[in-house]
Amino acid sequence: MKVNGEIIPVSDGLTVSSLLEQQGYQVSRIAVEVNREIIPKAQYDTHILHEDDVIEIVCFMGGG
Amino acid sequence: MADTFKIGEHEFTSRFILGSGKYSLDLIKAAVEHAGAQIVTLALRRATLGSIDNILDYIPEGVTLLPNTSGARNAEEAIRIARLAREVGCGDFIKIECIHDSKYLLPDNYETIKATEVLAKEGFVVMPYMYPDLNAARDLVNAGAAAIMPLGAPIGTNKGLLTKEFIQILVYEIDLPIIVDAGIGKPSQACEAMEMGCAAVMSNTAIATAGDIPAMAGAFKQAIEAGRTAYLSGMGRILEKASASSPLTGFLAD
Repeated sequence: MKVNGEIIPVSDGLTVSSLLEQQGYQVSRIAVEVNREIIPKAQYDTHILHEDDVIEIVCFMGGG
Repeated sequence: MADTFKIGEHEFTSRFILGSGKYSLDLIKAAVEHAGAQIVTLALRRATLGSIDNILDYIPEGVTLLPNTSGARNAEEAIRIARLAREVGCGDFIKIECIHDSKYLLPDNYETIKATEVLAKEGFVVMPYMYPDLNAARDLVNAGAAAIMPLGAPIGTNKGLLTKEFIQILVYEIDLPIIVDAGIGKPSQACEAMEMGCAAVMSNTAIATAGDIPAMAGAFKQAIEAGRTAYLSGMGRILEKASASSPLTGFLAD
């Protein structure tokens, strides 16, 4: 699957929660989009990811 | 009675909106405190792996976060960024930026109006960054904007109030807070915007590129307060010929 433009290997049945944990993201600081659909935080534990998913993980940074 | 202004249902006493771009995280807290800012802008970007520091940890509690849609070239992209920003979970405020001109970073008013309409309906507190045009500003009001943010000069130029006369028209004609965004380069220009009756001033680059960032944030705070007080006081009149300030009787020579 593609995460923020990078292809990463995944295991079957990976949830959004487990991906975030694996990659070291802090849930309270980010938002996640899978195939252009926002995944609400409440669904991180149940939303199953697939091999061809395109995932964006975003957070706030300094800006004007 | 306190001199406050409202953006949507939210009331603020500070009229200085501070940008957080282009300077280090450890200076943000001091800058916010010296600025007395109650609103700080942010950008939304891809999260970088392994970066432990997050800007949210450096912004004092109680400050309203105003994410922008920078990077959006049209309404559709701005809407996408706004929805993602809200999902991070820091409120409903959004500063719309729709920019496809990379040389001058001038906002596309037409796309901005379209994004405003959609996002206001979704419950966002929409603060559109715009080129100061009265017709577009009226459309933004009708689209549900909570404030209007006209540019003083192109982003990051520190050139000041190049669009002064047109911002003044917005202040006269638009019944929403007019907040000058972009271009304000020094405290005297922020003061001037406030003297004109603008509700607030937003500044980033002027602070971020100053020699002493917290001190410059403090200077802007004082200038904005001075300009606001002057506006509320009502300016003294202007005459073509001199008018003596001292009594015209009792001269020693008589």
